[in-house]
Amino acid sequence: MFSTYDAPVYPYVQSAEQAQGQPARHKVVVIGAGPVGLTAALDLAARGVSVVVLDDNNTVSVGSRAVCYAKRPLEIWDRLGVADRMIAKGVEWKLGKVFFGDRQVYQFDLLPEGGHKIPAFINLQQYYLEDYMVEAAAENPAIDIRWKHKLISLRQEADYAVLTVETPDGVFVTEADWVIACDGANSDTRRMVGADFTGQFFQDRFLIADIVMKADFPTERWFWFDPRFHRNQSALLHKQSDNVWRLDFQLGWDADPEVEKREENIIPRVKAMLPGVEFELEWASVYQFACRRIDQFRHNRVIFAGDAAHQVSPFGARGANTGVQDIDNLSWKLAAVLAGDADETLIDSYHEERAFAADDNLLNSTRSTDFITPKNAASKRFRNAVLDLAEKASFARPLVNSGRLSTPTPYLASSLNTPDAGIWHGRMIPGTVCSDAPVMAGGQPGWFLQQIGQGFTLLDFGTQAQPVSVGGVTAQVLRVGQEIDDSERLLAKRYDAQPGTVYLIRPDQHVAARWRSFNPAEAKIALARALAKG
Amino acid sequence: MTLILTPNIPDPDGFYQELTDAQRELDEVAANDMNARLVLILANHVGDRKTLTEALALAAP
Repeated sequence: MFSTYDAPVYPYVQSAEQAQGQPARHKVVVIGAGPVGLTAALDLAARGVSVVVLDDNNTVSVGSRAVCYAKRPLEIWDRLGVADRMIAKGVEWKLGKVFFGDRQVYQFDLLPEGGHKIPAFINLQQYYLEDYMVEAAAENPAIDIRWKHKLISLRQEADYAVLTVETPDGVFVTEADWVIACDGANSDTRRMVGADFTGQFFQDRFLIADIVMKADFPTERWFWFDPRFHRNQSALLHKQSDNVWRLDFQLGWDADPEVEKREENIIPRVKAMLPGVEFELEWASVYQFACRRIDQFRHNRVIFAGDAAHQVSPFGARGANTGVQDIDNLSWKLAAVLAGDADETLIDSYHEERAFAADDNLLNSTRSTDFITPKNAASKRFRNAVLDLAEKASFARPLVNSGRLSTPTPYLASSLNTPDAGIWHGRMIPGTVCSDAPVMAGGQPGWFLQQIGQGFTLLDFGTQAQPVSVGGVTAQVLRVGQEIDDSERLLAKRYDAQPGTVYLIRPDQHVAARWRSFNPAEAKIALARALAKG
Repeated sequence: MTLILTPNIPDPDGFYQELTDAQRELDEVAANDMNARLVLILANHVGDRKTLTEALALAAP
């Protein structure tokens, strides 16, 4: 069915440990080579940790699946050197249209803030994203992706896990200091550790279909509430790469997935949505969803990330996008613990920060779901009132919720933060992801985020900061006016900087602490706190 | 309490007549739909989140 993409088939290779029947002890084993697992491999390798990735399949995702990638995960992939290809291949839309019944009630133009390297989001089929990351991983000797390796059981000892794995050559046993489970919403690993995964199931089904348009069609996102071609349901149209368009039809709970998936039933739906448009159907799937999260992100030596840890509704593109941010949070912590630079309590802060973010995502996605599929007559009356008024008055438009695009959740209450002293303005509160800004570095135009993220950084808007160390971890100084120039004065503006202002920035590009003047003793205490030694 | 609970509408009888007249010809569905729009319009006019929360609490059955 795929006319625009040939999925690669990755070779199965028998591992030396299976051939020799000698279990090896790996530092980290990642379960699942989807967007989250592949990001884990690239990030850990970038931080000097060798990784084995086990995947029970031997190719990329079948179908476009996740299609919308937000700014923050793209920034993370940029740190890992894989974002340029994604952005070049991806599609950016700016104009969105909202329809209610037969009428367009309004349209909006996305006007993202300037002065950032990475766009607000791109649309791109998941298989391209995985394809690019597999290629990058193959070039990295610290990453060993093992295709056709299915985890069939897992046992935990005090400080390592024993994994039984099935391959085309049979069953073998391997060991890992740490396991990162990125095996999706139906995670087998989660079942193996007996974790609870609870929340709200939605009694609804959705049909998603990828079509190739045969003629030009505007690069816009169209969302319909209760359209004439699909009464009492919602529908969505947006563009991906290669002139492939994603269509999304809400079906209701009574729909039969097997019947709805048939081409002869999909074609009339598409024709009713896009009368007179010539197209070819490329891929379709019927899904239902739940909003739920795992009880604990860490179960001794097994750590959960992505859909294995939290499942959200698709509205707002919060699945893969938040999963990648889980990894951003976890990788530096795991690398620090493996290097002996931090205690395991730092890993527990992964649950603290990412469970908080997951709950925020669940809240947002549940709100979108309740707007799109009102749960009683009163909700539906208000929903329709909002849509009616949106046509006449702009005040109602912010109430229209067809999905709020994923943005990073600040870890405002995190135990790794040092609370502010004094008066600060702007967004860069401790626990917040660092804002990008154009800078000059080494005489060349570049971007601020490219200058940080390897380790801890002391961003100095003055002249006094000196490196500080806690154990084997050193926060290096990045001085504005020396290593980088704030060529457009946006860095100082976004960081509310005055002469002498210093920020302590974590390896995942989050603000840990900030001061109006540098004090080495305070900086050292803040660094220790950010390593969970506070 | 920021919500005004003392008389604040000049010409109370005139306002009440205008309100009921506006729905005199409407059936249940149309009147309920209109009330929903009216709530949203007035809520936006009030704007203050604390006041809105207090109004919701006062109106709840």
